[in-house]
Amino acid sequence: MAFGPFLLLALMEGLVTAAVLALAASGLSLVFGVMRVVNVAHGEFYMLGAVLAWAVTTMIPGPPALAFLAAVLIAPVLVAALAAAADGLILKRLNYDPEATIVATIGLLYILQQAALSLYGPNANPVTAPFEWRIQLPWFGYSGYKLFVVLAAGLVLLGLWLFMTRTKAGLVMRATQVDRSTAQAFGINVDRVYMGTFALGAGLAALAGVLIVPIQQAQYLMGHDPLLLSFIVVIIGGLGSLRGTLIAALVIGLSDGVISMFFTPTLAKILATLLVAMVLVFRPQGLFGARA
Amino acid sequence: MALEVRGLTAGYGPVTVLRGVDFRAEAGQITCLMGRNGVGKSSFLKALMGLLPATAGTIALDGTPLHGLPAHEIPRHGLAYVPQGRRLFGPLTVAENLAVGGLVHGNDTATLAQVLTLFPRLRERLDQTAGTLSGGEQQMLAIARALCLRPRVLLLDEPTEGLQPSMIALIQEAILSLKAGGVAVVLVEQRVDAVLKLADRVAFMVAGQVAETMPVKGLTVDAEVFRTYVGV
Repeated sequence: MAFGPFLLLALMEGLVTAAVLALAASGLSLVFGVMRVVNVAHGEFYMLGAVLAWAVTTMIPGPPALAFLAAVLIAPVLVAALAAAADGLILKRLNYDPEATIVATIGLLYILQQAALSLYGPNANPVTAPFEWRIQLPWFGYSGYKLFVVLAAGLVLLGLWLFMTRTKAGLVMRATQVDRSTAQAFGINVDRVYMGTFALGAGLAALAGVLIVPIQQAQYLMGHDPLLLSFIVVIIGGLGSLRGTLIAALVIGLSDGVISMFFTPTLAKILATLLVAMVLVFRPQGLFGARA
Repeated sequence: MALEVRGLTAGYGPVTVLRGVDFRAEAGQITCLMGRNGVGKSSFLKALMGLLPATAGTIALDGTPLHGLPAHEIPRHGLAYVPQGRRLFGPLTVAENLAVGGLVHGNDTATLAQVLTLFPRLRERLDQTAGTLSGGEQQMLAIARALCLRPRVLLLDEPTEGLQPSMIALIQEAILSLKAGGVAVVLVEQRVDAVLKLADRVAFMVAGQVAETMPVKGLTVDAEVFRTYVGV
């Protein structure tokens, strides 16, 4: 294949990575931004989304599109409910102390991972894509489902932005993000905001897991890479900045696609980590984060 | 209508800051809190709002107990707070800050219109982010945001600190109009001339307690009590 089409293919693959990464990382960014909690278990919510998608699609007979639609609707809601319970049972009891919650979410990571291993098993299982449509370009054919993932992620992120900027709940979350104590003085129930935020963040990660599973297969250890990449994206974009997260996801996703295809995936990860190191040295608050 | 506080004790962890505060604020009156730095004036306002947990004592508004309620429940009973240093939601616009203030009452347009009539300058700045306003405008917004709660008791912590004289006059005018509207105003203030101009009563705090409360009528700038309790 000539260089031009090869680059186009790499960019399209990168766009899929960026879309899924933006979804997962926006959840992590939201949780840190509003709650000041570094959620080390975030990748496990992504994994649970994928595993639950497999469970739902295997339980529902009929056309793959119907089963997948059910997975898209059910899995993120179940994961969000689990996260809300974890917030009430663990994080709230620690009074959302930043250091204690890091340790607690490391524990939660292992609990969720081992629970998945016990209940789901060690095997990787595929989920049938909801449709097999392919777009035929002059140089190569490309999965229509992958383009759907980009479109769906874009719509969800647009919805998230509208939710945060145009709704009362979004206003309450942004006010709590700026000043928890003052928010309480204006009648905002911060505990409820935190629970909703943690659930929303987990739900976004789970949705990313559902969308990726027809491409990658569901497996109990699949949460590690998205966690690492989400942290890379959130650190580069600026902790708590949704706009920065989206831009950083695009940069990391596209560069990952291009470098992986022209060189190796390992080099892509090395360069992304190097970029994080440079950001931490020269602009610790991230490209779009506010200075503490 | 009255805010009645009896034996309020509160602190930060093991450090007790308020040691049995007795205090009363009446509707349509301005009660000033004065005292040297560190005597617990700001902590007292925080404790009234539930932001500093009380370990003993009672707080009641018209006989309804407020002590022990979670902080987010207090504003629903009619207490509003303008903290020291304004504590605005800086990245949010003026309109959004006012909307947060009006959350408790569902952001009714009549209250917002009244508030913007009191501070017409804010009407021109509704889409501007709060953090980019001038100091005086930020203070106006901090008070306006609290007024969106339709308070029966307004707690103000040094609202004119660091402002230029023209802004101080505007803020003081607004406070007096709130008093005329029947709001009980509790004002932490360090400047004697402002206390004499605004207050009906003044409570002097010493070491986490109200040592003495008296009417302002008859006091002068060089009164002995100011030297004793404030050191001016």
